[in-house]
Amino acid sequence: MKVKFVETLKNYGIILAFFIILVVLSIFSPVFLTVNNIINVIRQTSIYGIMAVGMTFVILTGGIDLSVGSVLGVSGAICAGMLKAGNPIILVIIATLGVGIACGFASGIFITKARITPFVVTLGMMSIARGLTLIYTKGYPISGFSPAFRLIGGGYVLGLPIPIIIFLVIVIIAYIVLTQTKLGRYTYAIGGNEETVRLSGINSNFYKTLVYVISGATAGFSALILTSRLNSAEPVAGTGYELDVIAAVVIGGASLNGGRGSVWGTFIGSLLIGVINNGMNLLGISPYFQQVVKGLIIIGAVWLDQLRAKED
Amino acid sequence: MDDIVLSMKGISKSFPGVQALKSVDFDLKKGEVHALVGENGAGKSTLMKILSGLYRADEGEIWLKGKKITTRGIKAMINAGVSVIYQELNLIRQLSVAENIFIGREPMLPGGFIDWKKMYSDVHTLLKPFNVDINPRTKVYMLSPAYQQVVEIAKALSLKSDILVMDEPTAPLTGNEVDKLFEIIHNLKKSEVSIIYISHRLEEIPKVAERVTILRDGEKILTKPLAELTTAEIIKHMVGRTLTEQYPKISIPIGEEVLRIEGLSKKGYCTDVSFSVRKGEIVGFTGLVGAGRTEIMQTIYGRMKKDAGRIYIDGKEEHIRGVCDAVRKGIGLIPEERKHQGLVLGLSVQDNATMTILDKESVFGFLKQKKLSALVGKMIETMNIKTPSARQLVRYLSGGNQQKVILAKWFLHNCKVYIFDEPTRGIDVGAKVEIYKLMQNLAKDGAGVVMVSSELPEVLNMSDRIEVVFGGRIVKEFRRDEADSETVMEYALGLRENASQQTPLEAGAES
Repeated sequence: MKVKFVETLKNYGIILAFFIILVVLSIFSPVFLTVNNIINVIRQTSIYGIMAVGMTFVILTGGIDLSVGSVLGVSGAICAGMLKAGNPIILVIIATLGVGIACGFASGIFITKARITPFVVTLGMMSIARGLTLIYTKGYPISGFSPAFRLIGGGYVLGLPIPIIIFLVIVIIAYIVLTQTKLGRYTYAIGGNEETVRLSGINSNFYKTLVYVISGATAGFSALILTSRLNSAEPVAGTGYELDVIAAVVIGGASLNGGRGSVWGTFIGSLLIGVINNGMNLLGISPYFQQVVKGLIIIGAVWLDQLRAKED
Repeated sequence: MDDIVLSMKGISKSFPGVQALKSVDFDLKKGEVHALVGENGAGKSTLMKILSGLYRADEGEIWLKGKKITTRGIKAMINAGVSVIYQELNLIRQLSVAENIFIGREPMLPGGFIDWKKMYSDVHTLLKPFNVDINPRTKVYMLSPAYQQVVEIAKALSLKSDILVMDEPTAPLTGNEVDKLFEIIHNLKKSEVSIIYISHRLEEIPKVAERVTILRDGEKILTKPLAELTTAEIIKHMVGRTLTEQYPKISIPIGEEVLRIEGLSKKGYCTDVSFSVRKGEIVGFTGLVGAGRTEIMQTIYGRMKKDAGRIYIDGKEEHIRGVCDAVRKGIGLIPEERKHQGLVLGLSVQDNATMTILDKESVFGFLKQKKLSALVGKMIETMNIKTPSARQLVRYLSGGNQQKVILAKWFLHNCKVYIFDEPTRGIDVGAKVEIYKLMQNLAKDGAGVVMVSSELPEVLNMSDRIEVVFGGRIVKEFRRDEADSETVMEYALGLRENASQQTPLEAGAES
C-alpha cells in the first residue's frame, strides 16, 4: 500500500505543478485561458508530444534517442519532395512514416548487433539524418502543397484540430501497448534488468530494436503534421526538438535508467512543456531566456528523479 | 569487564510498518569472534547498519571501549575502529588493489602527486601477514572472490579497525578458500581484533566463533558460548520451531533420460564434459568456485557458444543456438546472481513470474491478463510466497521469497530440465527447506534437475547422483550412496584427479 501511495504522489506532483503554472499564467496573462489559446497550445504540443510518446518506449528500456529531431527533418523533406513530384497522398504518408521507421531500425540494429551505446548511435543518426535532409533539399525549403495534404496539420474533425486527434490516438494506443501487451511488459523489463530478460529466453534485441522503430515512426507522424501545418519542409526543421521531447518524458516521471515511467506522465509532461513555452511567449520573455529556463527544468526533473530513486 | 570492546544496549529501530529491532543487547569481547545468526528479516543487518553508522537507532546506546558513542555516522564509526565487510564487496573493480585500500587517503608527495612507491610498499606490508600472493598493482576485477575479501580485510586493518563485521564472508568461497579465511580470522584474533560474524552456514560457525547471538523477528533470543549449543538447537531458536528435516529428500521413481551431454568443450572453461539427467532425478554438481561448473551450465544454456560437444534432449540431438532456443527446447536455468540475472527488481511479482510465458499467454501480442493473474495467484499460494499482493515489487521481498519468484517463473514455463545454480545461497534455513521441496516437486512431475552448489551437505543430501568438477572437467561421478564428504572434497580439490577418468556416462547408465 505504501508503494501505491508514493506512486500516486509522484503522478499527483506533476499534475499539481501543471495546475500551479496554469493558475499563475492565467493571472498574469488574460489571453492564456482562452479556448483559442488552449487549443493552440495543445496543437503545438502535439508535434513533439507524439515524438515524446515514442521516446517513452526508448527511455523505458534504458535507452535514449537523440535523433528524433533530425529524423523528423529528413522524413518531412522526403514527404515534401514526393508531394511535389505529384505522388498520391496515401503513398506519401506511408513513405514518410517509412523513412522514420527505417532510421529507427538502423539505430536499433547498431545498438543491438554492434552493441554501441544508444547515446552514440543516435547522436550519429542525428547527424546522418540532418545531413541527408540538407543533401536532399540542397538547403532550400520545399513549399506549397495541395489543400488536401494541408488538412493533416490544419483541418478539424468535430471541432478538434486533426493534430490533437492524432496525438490523443497515439497516446491511447501507446497506453494500451504498454499495459496490455507483451511488447509493453518487455519494454519495462528490459529497462529494469536486460540480463534477466535475456536469461529468461526472451529475444531482447528484437524488442530493443522495436522501440527505436517506434520512436522513428512517431518522428514520421510529427513530420507529416509539421510539414502540412507550415505548408513547407524546412531543411532545419526539427532542430533541437530532441530537447523538448526528452524533457517531456523526464518531466513525466520516466527514469533515464529505464524501467520506470508511463505514457500518461509523458502526456502531462508534454503539455507542461507546451504551456511553459506558450506562457513565456505570452509574457514576452525573450526566447534566449526561454532556453535557459527549459535547461533548468530538465536538470530539475532529473534531479527529482534521483531523489525518487533514493527512496527505493 | 574491561575486555568488552563493544556493547550495544537496548537497541530499537522501526521502519514504517515494521519494528525491525526490539530492545536488543549485544556485546563483543576483545579478540573474540561472535557469530550473529537469524533468518532473513530477523534484524541482523539492521543491527549491523546501526553499528556502522548507516542507520540511527530509535532507542539504545552504543559503547565502544568503555566510551559512549555520541557522534554518529559512517565516518565517525570508522574512526572509532569499526569496519564492515559487506556481502557484496565494496571494492571498485576497475582500480588496483593498492588504490582500493588507500582510496581517499592516498599517501601524497609535495605538489599533489600520489606517492605510488610508498602506497605499494605499504600494501605489501599490509598483505604480508595474510600469506597470499596478491600484487598491489593488480586490478581488483582480476582477483578471485576470496582474494577480493582479503583486500577488504586488509583495507579494514589499514584503517586501524579493531572491530570487523563480516557479512556472509564464506558465501562466495569453497573448500580450501574457507579454510584459508578461517586461518586469517584466527590470526586476526591473535592480534586482538574482534569480529562479528554473520553467516547462514551454520555448520561452519562452531569452527570459527566462540559465542553466538540468535535474533528472531527483531528480538534477541539468546547469547551463549557455542560449546553449549548444538546446530539443531541453534536452528530451533532461529526459526522458533523444530525443523523436522533440514534436507527433506524423498524417493522419486527415476524415468527416461531427458538430457544428455557428450564431450562438451569450451576453450578456457570446460573440457570434454559428459553427463546425463533422467526424469525425476536430481544431479548435483559440486567443485570449487572457478572450477567451471557455472560455465558448463551457461554453455548448455546457449549463453556461451560451445566449441565442441553434443546435446541430446529426450534422446534427440538438439542444436542450441542461444538462450532463447534453449528455453524453447525446454531448458530453464535459475542463475546464481539472483538480483542481477534472475529478477527485474523494479517490476512486480506478477511481471517477473510471467516473463517466460507471455508468448504462450497472449493473442496477437495482447496479454490474457485474467489467466496470468490466476496463474500467478496459484503460484503464490502453492509456493507460499510471502507478498502482500501479486502487484508488489520484488525489490521489497526477502531473499528467500525472491528466489521463489524466480522458481515460479520457470515452473510456469514447464521445462524438461531445470538447472539450478547455487539455489540456496544467502537464503535462510526455513526458506531453504521449502526450495528443496519445490525442487523435488519438479522432479516428481517428471522433470530432470541439475543442481550446482558449493554447499557440500546440500549436494550430498539432495542429489541422486553427484558430479565433481575440477579444472573444467568432470573428475568423478558418485551415486548417492557412495558419496561421503571427505572423498567428494578430495576430488573437488583435485587431489585424486587421475583415478577418475572412467567414463561418467557409463556410471550414470548403471545406477
